[in-house]
Amino acid sequence: MKILVPIKRVVDPYAKVRPTPDGKAVDSFGAKFEINPFDEIAVEEAVRQREKNPGIEIVVLSIGGAECEEQLRKALAMGADRALLIESSSVWDSPSVAAELAEQVRAESPDLVLMGKQATDDDCNQAGQMLAALLDWPQATFASKLELSSSSAKVARETDTGEETLEFDLPGVVTTDLRLNEPRYIALPGIIKARSKPLERRAPLTSPAPKTRILRVEPPPARAPGRKVGSVDELVAAIRETGVLA
Amino acid sequence: MSRLLLVAFNASEVAQLAGFAQQLSLPFDALVFGQGADLDTGAEKLLVSNVTELPAADGLAKSIGNSCSGYSHVAAVSSMLSKDVMARVAALLGAAMVTDAIGMESPTIFKRPMVAGAVIATVEVLASPVVLTVRPSGFTKPERRGESAVEQVSLTGEGRTRRVSERARGSARPDLTQAKVVVSGGRPLKDAETFEKVIGGLADTLGGAVGATRAAVDSGIAPNELQVGQTGKIVAPNLYIAAGISGSTQHMAGIKDSKVIVAVNKDPDAPIFEAADLGLVADLYDALPELQAKLRA
Ligand SMILES: Cc1cc2nc3c(=O)[nH]c(=O)nc-3n(C[C@H](O)[C@H](O)[C@H](O)COP(=O)(O)OP(=O)(O)OC[C@H]3O[C@@H](n4cnc5c(N)ncnc54)[C@H](O)[C@@H]3O)c2cc1C
Ligand SMILES: Nc1ncnc2c1ncn2[C@@H]1O[C@H](COP(=O)(O)O)[C@@H](O)[C@H]1O
Repeated sequence: MKILVPIKRVVDPYAKVRPTPDGKAVDSFGAKFEINPFDEIAVEEAVRQREKNPGIEIVVLSIGGAECEEQLRKALAMGADRALLIESSSVWDSPSVAAELAEQVRAESPDLVLMGKQATDDDCNQAGQMLAALLDWPQATFASKLELSSSSAKVARETDTGEETLEFDLPGVVTTDLRLNEPRYIALPGIIKARSKPLERRAPLTSPAPKTRILRVEPPPARAPGRKVGSVDELVAAIRETGVLA
Repeated sequence: MSRLLLVAFNASEVAQLAGFAQQLSLPFDALVFGQGADLDTGAEKLLVSNVTELPAADGLAKSIGNSCSGYSHVAAVSSMLSKDVMARVAALLGAAMVTDAIGMESPTIFKRPMVAGAVIATVEVLASPVVLTVRPSGFTKPERRGESAVEQVSLTGEGRTRRVSERARGSARPDLTQAKVVVSGGRPLKDAETFEKVIGGLADTLGGAVGATRAAVDSGIAPNELQVGQTGKIVAPNLYIAAGISGSTQHMAGIKDSKVIVAVNKDPDAPIFEAADLGLVADLYDALPELQAKLRA
């Protein structure tokens, strides 16, 4: 069985970012870059599935510039078998990512695509569902538990009101949510040791045709400064004064 | 042709989407899953499906996609369900997609938060149709605009996904995303029982909903559907009370539209105080029961 895990390089989710002075882009100057947290959960899950079933091959893939090698190397250190860097300096929106992934899937023929539910930089939550549609594959998004057999997947997923369990015959697309697992910690020596694993650079099979374009980015509207109160009594009075309980 | 289709996964979402629809100023219809939708929003037609259980995303997206011809815009309320299904619809239609629209400048220019709400992006749509998930709190309250015609429709798409089981933890409390009051708790709540007693108790006194941080959900103190934030639910109550919550950017991303934010935290330097309108430095185990008693009085 082969699992393909698409991973995106994103700005460290704990870094403070703001608009650039010209208001055209997000300023991440000086920040670290990481594997998108949901994609890291996807890599971890693939590795755990392989621990149960040693016949699984794990391929990680990232679309972006040469710098994405850093995140692919980390995924290899976590346990992926080989990496594909789809090298491109263009802007890829989620529909373009999905179209490229669909072609890569046709070339690689994985049984399962396991990926993040959302990139924490663009917060789109689109690419996995779009990929599944383009391939006409079943999907289970926001997974909190994954059971694989040789021919099917059973997925517990988070919903607006609780949880549900879906089942489908492979191949299919699963996107991860926070509760699926807690990714292992990889120290630097682990990443260095994984340098001998194969990382292949390829040109994209599609040209990106973004369907949206960012015109401007602005800081969110500022909230009026608040104040501290000294006691519960003061708090009760202050809440009543705002009129929100009327 | 410019025309909007609203997709309402339950009847109440028609009214929630009406403000967006009226601001877009295009003629519009609504595809509604369930009975009892508002007939007075200005929608020309309500296409009502009586389906009792929504199929999984692959089949549902095909059904919705089959209903979208002739529309330049297709919009649903932002939710986990709509994100699951509508992104798939967008790909079937070859459409552009805008997730979490919170404002609009024109029928092709929308605003949406990115990077956990650290920035608001103005996004131009370069393709037609466009599929949107919409946060209703970003748009003006709709006006009454006359009766809609009702037509029954049946689902036409089939998928290959089987639903094995479903666990909806029904709650007597109001819907978190629509509640006027939300009380949320974080990591220091010891266990599910304590969380329910301390956070749930105050929420019930105020007739409000209960929310939680990722830390509280991850540690099993609160159920997953209560997670508020960048990757959970977005709330916009009149009053948001955060107890034992540090104020991470990911959590704040979900509560910025609250009118009044109250924070109770024992650390005077907790970042939540920078965003709170009213802050109380106190141990929540002392302050919340007292607050509950005094608000009840
Ligand atoms: C990809 C990603 C997505 C995420 N999505 C979300 C999301 O959607 N929602 C979300 O909430 N988080 C999210 N997070 C997690 C977020 O970064 C924080 O870790 C989390 O919000 C912290 O939760 P907390 O405030 O409960 O815990 P902590 O940060 O540990 O804060 C606990 C607070 O309680 C205070 N405290 C302790 N004891 C008491 C007491 N007795 N009385 C009063 N105060 C007390 C402490 O002073 C502290 O400030 C996400 C993280 C990542 C990486
Ligand atoms: N440039 C990229 N390279 C590889 N995978 C990506 C890329 N962009 C997005 N993805 C995948 O698509 C998921 C959803 O992204 P998004 O639709 O941008 O929120 C991510 O979690 C990744 O798994």
